[in-house]
Amino acid sequence: MLKFSDDKLKEVKKIIDRYPQGKQKSALIPLLHMAQSEFGGWLSPESMDYVASLLSIDPIEVYEVATFYSMYNLQPVGKHIFEVCQTGPCMLNGSDNIINYIKTKLNIGVGETTEDGLFTLKTVECLGACGYAPMMQLGDHYREHLTKEKVDAIIEECRGK
Amino acid sequence: MAKKVLLEKAHIKGIRAYDVYKAQGGYASVEKALKMDPAAIVEEVKKSGLRGRGGAGFPTGMKWSFLAKPEGVPRYLVCNADESEPGTFKDRYLMEFLPHLLIEGLIVSSFALGSNSTYIYIRGEYAWIVNILEQAIEEAKQHGYLGKNILNTGFDCEIYVQRGAGAYICGEETALIESLEGKRGNPRIKPPFPAIKGLWDCPTVVNNVETIAAVVPIINMGGEEYAKIGVGRSTGTKLLSACGNINKPGVYEIDMTISVEEFIFSDEYCGGIPNGKRLKACIPGGSSVPILPANLLLKTAKGETRYMNYESLSDGGFATGSMMGSGGFIVLDEDQCIVRHTMSLARFYRHESCGQCSPCREGTGWMEKILTKIENGKGQSSDIDLLWDIQRKIEGNTICPLGDAAAWPVAAAIRHFRDEFEWHVNNPSLCLTENYGLAHYADELSIVS
Repeated sequence: MLKFSDDKLKEVKKIIDRYPQGKQKSALIPLLHMAQSEFGGWLSPESMDYVASLLSIDPIEVYEVATFYSMYNLQPVGKHIFEVCQTGPCMLNGSDNIINYIKTKLNIGVGETTEDGLFTLKTVECLGACGYAPMMQLGDHYREHLTKEKVDAIIEECRGK
Repeated sequence: MAKKVLLEKAHIKGIRAYDVYKAQGGYASVEKALKMDPAAIVEEVKKSGLRGRGGAGFPTGMKWSFLAKPEGVPRYLVCNADESEPGTFKDRYLMEFLPHLLIEGLIVSSFALGSNSTYIYIRGEYAWIVNILEQAIEEAKQHGYLGKNILNTGFDCEIYVQRGAGAYICGEETALIESLEGKRGNPRIKPPFPAIKGLWDCPTVVNNVETIAAVVPIINMGGEEYAKIGVGRSTGTKLLSACGNINKPGVYEIDMTISVEEFIFSDEYCGGIPNGKRLKACIPGGSSVPILPANLLLKTAKGETRYMNYESLSDGGFATGSMMGSGGFIVLDEDQCIVRHTMSLARFYRHESCGQCSPCREGTGWMEKILTKIENGKGQSSDIDLLWDIQRKIEGNTICPLGDAAAWPVAAAIRHFRDEFEWHVNNPSLCLTENYGLAHYADELSIVS
């Protein structure tokens, strides 16, 4: 059985307290973020059901939200996810070259994970870093002004973690 | 040097921390506003002429005055920090470097509107900014600007940061409210407008980050003084995020009196185009607004200089003009292919359509497919007309403006760059290796009046 730690459960209560009585469903999106980061980087049916039970809502209400938002992973992912932006302004600055370089370097396609389970490559739409293009999201942070050399360094950095 | 009222202090070392911000005159507007009648604050904002900085440009004071005030029902202020319009990254800059400016603006605005629980809805990807904002909120609370009985006025206010999870559509205010209620970001049918029935069915105002930040200088200097900055109905300053093929991408604060040419080519702003390339086209207000070729961008169809403000950018309507929008300024140099760029934007809108309305759900995918076909040398002449037909059938036929936002870039690309599309169709193998280039897009226009 999946369960948040006591500390996380305190955090859950704090989040629910932000909303008026009976409106605890508002905590769903924050709780799904928490479940994803606590339970292996993706949302399994089991972790979604757990979140539903915490908020006293039906599991279907969780599934319909989890499938709508692009930040939730509905299948297992690698330890490090390269989410490379491919929208207009990044494209003008060579995001296609960066995506192709990562594909070759890691020998995976978009949406795939390396055999050692370390890296997943995703393409994403505009992340609001257009002036610092090309860029990608890695965990909770952005990596900007990407070049092949920078990508090499990021891969090494991740391997060292 | 243009007047700055938002980013004036952004470069001061340590300004992100409360002590430095306060020492620079921070929170003066809260001290002033909380002694005023809330209705008088709304009046000041009306006098300032401030228009919503998220993209629509609706007068903020008027939006505030629509807020219903039924007895015994809570009212809410929600700050829209779901910045997702391609080309736009100004709110991120403001929150990252001047978090206290946003918090200060939110306290004043919450007091004016009577919101005791105020929410900042921030796009999920800006994860690190959540921490910055929460720290600023904590500091403001420690110093008595948030919490119970603020400055002994009897006014209580809490600010909470809510993270989204990746959905452009949640920048639309009713989708944002749905998302804040823990649902899919499906926009609501209006009316009722949020001012009557918003968050948890209570009266709600949703304002963009930059709009809320602008309330601080408005209260400090007075609405009338603020309205003296800028020109005509484009009062105050506007943050622009410039990107694409320019030497100095970044966030700039302008006072809406400078010309488009100055903005692109002067060293104070974009610093011109790299590698000696020439200007081909520009999307001046975020990816949804019409793209303009260089000649129509720098001058209006009447041959007058075009300026960086609401009126001048929209001069000529959609036939020959564009929009100020969100201030996301995307520059394309002579090497860029308009078909390819439009295809990329079409992919974005297909990805971000919530799927509620069929014209948008089906139409965005259809447009992406046709554009991909043309870009890959597999298009037919009739595809260009088909594209035009589809965008026309999306526009105005959806619950929310995402449909329009998806249709406009395609319409403008065909309207102004039709010969580049035709060149692709007529040169199916050449277009895979070569670019159409600048062609005549920077030529002086011969005006037919």
